Amino acid sequence: MISKRIAAALAGATTVSLLLVACGDNGGQSPASSGDSVKSLTILDYYNNDPDKSLVQKGLDSCASKLGITIQRETVPGDTLIQKVLQQASSKTLPDVLMLDNPDVQQIAATGALAPLNDMGLNADGVIQGMVDATSYQGKLYGLAPVTNTIALFYNKDMLAEAGVQPPKTWDELKATAKKLTKPGRYGIAFNANATYEGSWQFLPAMWTNGGDETDLTSPQVAEALQLWVDLVKSGSASKSVINWTQGDAKDQFAAGKAAMMVNGPWQIPALEKVPNVKWDVVTFPLNKPDQTPVAPLGGEAWTVPLNKDQAKQQKAADFVKCLNSDENELAWAKARFTLPTKTALLDQYAKEVPSMKAFAEQVKTARARTGKLGDKWPDAAKVIYQAIQLALTGKASAQDAFKQASGG
Amino acid sequence: MVTLTRTTVAGRAKTRGRRHRGETLTKVLFVLPAVVAMVALFGYPVVKNLLMSLQDYGLKTFFTGVAPWVGLKNYSTVVTDKLFSDAMVNTALFTIGSIAFQFVIGLGLALFFHKKFPLSGLLRSLLLLPWLLPLIVSSATWRSILEQDSGILNRTLLKLHLIGDPVPWLNSPSVALIAVIGVNIWIGIPFNVTLLYSGLAEIPDELYEAGQLDGATGWRAFFHITWPNLRSVASVVLMLGVVYTIKVLDIILGLTGGGPANATQTLATQSYEKSFVDFKFGQGAALSNILIAISFVFAIFYLRGTRRAVDE
Repeated sequence: MISKRIAAALAGATTVSLLLVACGDNGGQSPASSGDSVKSLTILDYYNNDPDKSLVQKGLDSCASKLGITIQRETVPGDTLIQKVLQQASSKTLPDVLMLDNPDVQQIAATGALAPLNDMGLNADGVIQGMVDATSYQGKLYGLAPVTNTIALFYNKDMLAEAGVQPPKTWDELKATAKKLTKPGRYGIAFNANATYEGSWQFLPAMWTNGGDETDLTSPQVAEALQLWVDLVKSGSASKSVINWTQGDAKDQFAAGKAAMMVNGPWQIPALEKVPNVKWDVVTFPLNKPDQTPVAPLGGEAWTVPLNKDQAKQQKAADFVKCLNSDENELAWAKARFTLPTKTALLDQYAKEVPSMKAFAEQVKTARARTGKLGDKWPDAAKVIYQAIQLALTGKASAQDAFKQASGG
Repeated sequence: MVTLTRTTVAGRAKTRGRRHRGETLTKVLFVLPAVVAMVALFGYPVVKNLLMSLQDYGLKTFFTGVAPWVGLKNYSTVVTDKLFSDAMVNTALFTIGSIAFQFVIGLGLALFFHKKFPLSGLLRSLLLLPWLLPLIVSSATWRSILEQDSGILNRTLLKLHLIGDPVPWLNSPSVALIAVIGVNIWIGIPFNVTLLYSGLAEIPDELYEAGQLDGATGWRAFFHITWPNLRSVASVVLMLGVVYTIKVLDIILGLTGGGPANATQTLATQSYEKSFVDFKFGQGAALSNILIAISFVFAIFYLRGTRRAVDE
């Protein structure tokens, strides 16, 4: 009998604890600290791997000590950040300072979750136009990106010298060079054409440089750009696997000597430096016609301030974002993390100090933001782009028809 | 534990009043944890998913909490989507192809291991390995095995002169679905072998001995003794297999991400994409409800089948 009672009590206790677990999440949040002295800020970002994680931490720490506060930083894997933000938004636990990938800023700003920075004494003076476009929504500034990146053409110096060719400047040269560099066990070029936003991003240098535009994806300029991808794969100069490769896979192929050139970004440089026998350099993405200027997409993350009932805290968070975007921090992060400062005035000085970033510094000045024209409608266009690439590269549609097929309902 | 309580309760049925009330309370307390767990872990998500599928539930909803009711619009949108029929066909091919081969190969291996031989126990436990690996690990490994240029499968086949050109396992829309089904078969075999093997072990040896006297050996023994006795286990294996396979997501995402050119999109991958790539959670919920409804039909078949088996 006694044991039965105990069992029943245990059963009841289990229920209670289950209920407690269910409610536990809401209990943790302390009421907003009122008053003038803000002691600490919470931060969420997706630099969850070293060396980036600790390099970013240094910048955050120095700004925290300048403002006389402590920070609680949380890092999550890149592909889970938005899901995390959505969770936090619905449970009203968004951090004080939130990092967002620049093409996501407008989408999140459109939901009304972010505080406009103009109202808190911040501005984007001297920042490259592409980045201002990306971080503004309906005429207001919602984020500031201290550093940026873009993509260009990496090439293996030894392989090009061996074949007696120069880095390509035009698409015809690119095709010819890639063909010449291809031998058994090695492709001329590697890039990423997979069915994700990453695949669209890699296609943008070709599309934009040729005068194509995301507002009219069925234009002949866009089709010509797609034809370049098709030609590279059809001629065997690029692997058929590009439709499944990520940018990391393209880097692995290049680092293993299985690709003589690749389209990629400067964040791969630390990994390439670990394979010293691969001697590489970077040039801007080739042009279709000699009178074009290279236009590449802008990468990099912006720091934003979610709306906060506690005005003092929100202001302090804005001050923190301002500090992260000081000239000093921009240069420090750019140098340490192979990224580029976003202020035009800093770019030339930076390119002189870090010669390996010269081509990227050039690309960035004319680079465009993905969300610059379409704003929060960009993801729809990006989806059409990667689906059209897949259709064309698998031979299910010609480059001319692919975009019509991908966008037609 | 439950049966124990029942018998004591029955034994004391005569004692009424306060004690009886105490008994009822005890019973309720015993059931409560299960009920709470069921409601919190199954009831809430299912109901929430149903409601979500009738709402315009987007990115904004998470911040504002506003999700306007749109009736069945989400369902009509996903059903008229150009990918829906492809996804349905792919889901059917994926499920039928996986289950058929998993079952036949699993049954063959179970019969093989049923004949005791040295090391059969060890080999049988090694066979479980694919099942023990996290799916994301197996799919990443298979992705590199099936790589067109440097994958070990194509290189081996080329060296053996079985193929003239590398097979575009994951790169061609016409081959990718077959490759993905193949990997899923590999993953599902251990499950089939384990259950079918234990089903075989349940069949009394006397039946075979008696059959042998009547001249039932080899194939005849299989069709007249093994199969009839294995049928109830086989139907459980097949039904669970269907319910597991129809919703497979991680393997496809890891291998092809639904590509190339949407050749391996299924209802599950489409539902994931609508929710977590497009952030159209209403449409994602609608697709997953369609998926749940299909699984539910199979679950009913299964329940009716097992009930009949019990009745017999």
